[in-house]
Amino acid sequence: MTDALDVVQLSRLQFALTAMYHFLFVPLTLGLSVLLGIMESVYVMTGKEVWREATKFFGVLFGINFAMGVATGITMEFQFGMNWAYYSHYVGDIFGAPLAMEGLMAFFLEGTFVGLFFFGWDRLSKVAHLCVTWLVAIGSNLSALWILIANGWMLHPVGAKFNPETMRMEVKDFGEIIFNVVAQEKFVHTVSAGYVTGAVFVAAVSAIYLLRRKHVEMARRSMTVAVSFGLASSLSVVVLGDASGYTATDNQRMKIAAIEAMWKTEPPPASFTLFGMPDLAEKRTDYAVKIPWVLGLITTHSVTEEVPGIEELVKRGEDRIWNGLLAYSALERLRANLNDAEARVQLDQNIGDLGYALLLKKIRPDIENATVEEIRKAAWDTVPDVAPLFWAFRIMVGFGFFFIALFGVAFYLNSTGRLLRARWLLWAFVVTLPLPWIAAEAGWFVAEVGRQPWVVEGILPTFLAVSNIPARNVVITLAGFIGFYSALLLVDLYLMVKAVRLGPGGHREISGGAAAPAARSAE
Amino acid sequence: MLDYETLRLIWWLLLGVLLIGFAVTDGFDLGAAILLPFVGRTDSERRVVMNAVGPVWEGNQIWLILGGGAIFAAWPLLYAAAFSGFYLAMFVVLAALILRPVSFKFRSDVDDPRWRRFWDFSFFLSGFVPALIFGVAVGNALQGVPFRFDDQLQMTYEGSFFGLLNPFALLCGLVSCAMIVMHGGIYLALKADEPVAGRAAAYARRAALLFLVLFAAGGVYAWLAVKGYTITGGAAPDGPSNPLLKTVERSSGALLANFAHYRWMMAAPALGFAGALAASVLLGLKREGLALIASGLAITGVIATAGLSSFPFLLPSSLDPNASLTVWDASSSRMTLVIMLAATIVLLPIVLAYTAFVYRVLRGRVTKAYVEKNSASLY
Repeated sequence: MTDALDVVQLSRLQFALTAMYHFLFVPLTLGLSVLLGIMESVYVMTGKEVWREATKFFGVLFGINFAMGVATGITMEFQFGMNWAYYSHYVGDIFGAPLAMEGLMAFFLEGTFVGLFFFGWDRLSKVAHLCVTWLVAIGSNLSALWILIANGWMLHPVGAKFNPETMRMEVKDFGEIIFNVVAQEKFVHTVSAGYVTGAVFVAAVSAIYLLRRKHVEMARRSMTVAVSFGLASSLSVVVLGDASGYTATDNQRMKIAAIEAMWKTEPPPASFTLFGMPDLAEKRTDYAVKIPWVLGLITTHSVTEEVPGIEELVKRGEDRIWNGLLAYSALERLRANLNDAEARVQLDQNIGDLGYALLLKKIRPDIENATVEEIRKAAWDTVPDVAPLFWAFRIMVGFGFFFIALFGVAFYLNSTGRLLRARWLLWAFVVTLPLPWIAAEAGWFVAEVGRQPWVVEGILPTFLAVSNIPARNVVITLAGFIGFYSALLLVDLYLMVKAVRLGPGGHREISGGAAAPAARSAE
Repeated sequence: MLDYETLRLIWWLLLGVLLIGFAVTDGFDLGAAILLPFVGRTDSERRVVMNAVGPVWEGNQIWLILGGGAIFAAWPLLYAAAFSGFYLAMFVVLAALILRPVSFKFRSDVDDPRWRRFWDFSFFLSGFVPALIFGVAVGNALQGVPFRFDDQLQMTYEGSFFGLLNPFALLCGLVSCAMIVMHGGIYLALKADEPVAGRAAAYARRAALLFLVLFAAGGVYAWLAVKGYTITGGAAPDGPSNPLLKTVERSSGALLANFAHYRWMMAAPALGFAGALAASVLLGLKREGLALIASGLAITGVIATAGLSSFPFLLPSSLDPNASLTVWDASSSRMTLVIMLAATIVLLPIVLAYTAFVYRVLRGRVTKAYVEKNSASLY
């Protein structure tokens, strides 16, 4: 049993590390691809060479980042099967489809046209190349849509039902899976975060040039694009990333309660804890600074609806475990005799809580014999780690509001023509550069750690989802990923810095028209 | 509407289409990567090789990613069993595939001979390792691998990484490498200029010959020494996707039994041989475009041979043959198969159309003069 737990922890660690590493590259691809489309559109409309230069220069940086994103993305697709085999079997009927759609609809578009983006400058007309750039951007953004439909289903598993004959979840209504409210909100929130990342990146690189008075003609234009785009997207990431999806399920409610370290249900509308020191052992939050009403308003959009606290949610979880045990025993009888009508009725009535009974498997394999204490203990397992969630959420939100303020000030100064002289603001952009990544990783941390102990909320506990493989093998691959990825990250950062230092035109100067005839003449 | 049995058959065919799509398109990228150190002697020559595949490999690799996604969506049990069973082998393939894009990018960004030699080697590995391991994986899938299921369908795999490296599997790995090198060599003969194209053509013809010998040897080995699987009862083609409901027997000679029952299936290995022969002849006649099509047909024949010989098995279990995964009991639900089929029918033609457009825009040879002139903008 300890061996199995080790595999669970190692697999979780490996998935978290590789996913967060992959997500170092994704938000920049999302944001920068759209920014390239905007800059090239301006080039095509105005015909000014400097916009083409800007597109190509940021295209070089996009290329370095994109290569890493693609490389680390394959790992994600393979890992479900490698490390989470039972998960893949149990929900693959639902979860596999958006992944395949992502390949068909998004990756092909992105991967096929990204080659033309780099190699097609002198083989395509201006407008045709612009279309190629936008197709790459659309492909990137569509891939975010499909993967977040998959991820949203793990947080809010709609449109699926359990099939006792195949011992897995199966699709009941594909429309519900696609139009899942949690998935839609996550999509808007995530791509907006990507746009903020792209905008901060372009603004910071432009600011470096403006501070050094190099490539000023390009940099002030790219700065203008970044500032307007950044203001719009930083507003959207906060406003549209609001927490209304968090009312959808018990687990999402638990996540909110944990983020807020809200131990007891408060009379509505609940207050928002701005600051405090949550203490899981004592089940209380010390030194709390609270803002009345705010939590109730943002999560329920009303002043009368209650936001349940952790203790109440644990009590609900305990009830659901009891129901789940009814489903479990019915399932056992049904599997022995598929014609047992009574068992089928009992299963159907309690199927929504079957996953809660499976939580007991961590405590004892013969869960039908679980004691009241064991059930209470399993119910407390539904509480995620409060303190890290509490803090990660505040980092993300704090940075989110900071981006709005920064872009707001920059937008105002830019539209009144004072941005280029405001050196303090240019410096602010340079030091802001790492913050969108920290905010994005904190956001994922909140979403995924907050989902624990579930891999699919209410349906499959994480510890059951893992592959039956020796812990030794996971140690080998984990060490391999850490070493390999760290080395690649160092090279990647080195090349990025080198490309920025060389600036537009200095590095990898894009060929003139002379090359294409030479290439064609050889046909 | 289509019934469950037909849908499963269609998805078995589509799985073949995706694997063939990957092997035919990305196959020449992998082959070119393997040939890089041999056909490119100077930095410019190597850059010709890299830029011949540079604009297209990314799109080609999506066939593999889509293949993985489609196996997950249509054959979740196969995805779970194969990817976790071949755990360490999968990691090695992943590492190689991750090396590929970074080799392109990182190599070209620093103009230093030692730096470039390092990435040349890693580029070679990024082609050779997947070509070998995918072949080895097919070899193991044909023989069956040691896994079993408990009654909750939790799978346990009892093999080891080195157990995968058995003689028949290694032979399949070599068939795969020869086939990929042939294909990549022909692609370079078509897309590069002299002297790279001539050298690549010479390697491709040797690889074609080697492929013919190895593929024949594989057939003989399979006939003499590899055990196959036969369903003896309990399997309903439209039954639930639960692999524990049937009985299976493991016996000598069963691997080639399909070819004896259905003579038309012999067309698949015949296509493998004829395609490689034709590719070699056409290459001698300097008809590189036709040669590439012929070697693509050879690849199609080889993959079809592997698929048909084990049909209806997807992944037999050597440990508990009854738990083997077959077309009839390892698929997704009927609804998922219908939805994904509809999506494929709508989207795949669009994908093929714009892929053809991109290849058309990029037509023509990549010359040494061209890469030297654009040493800053190309790979």
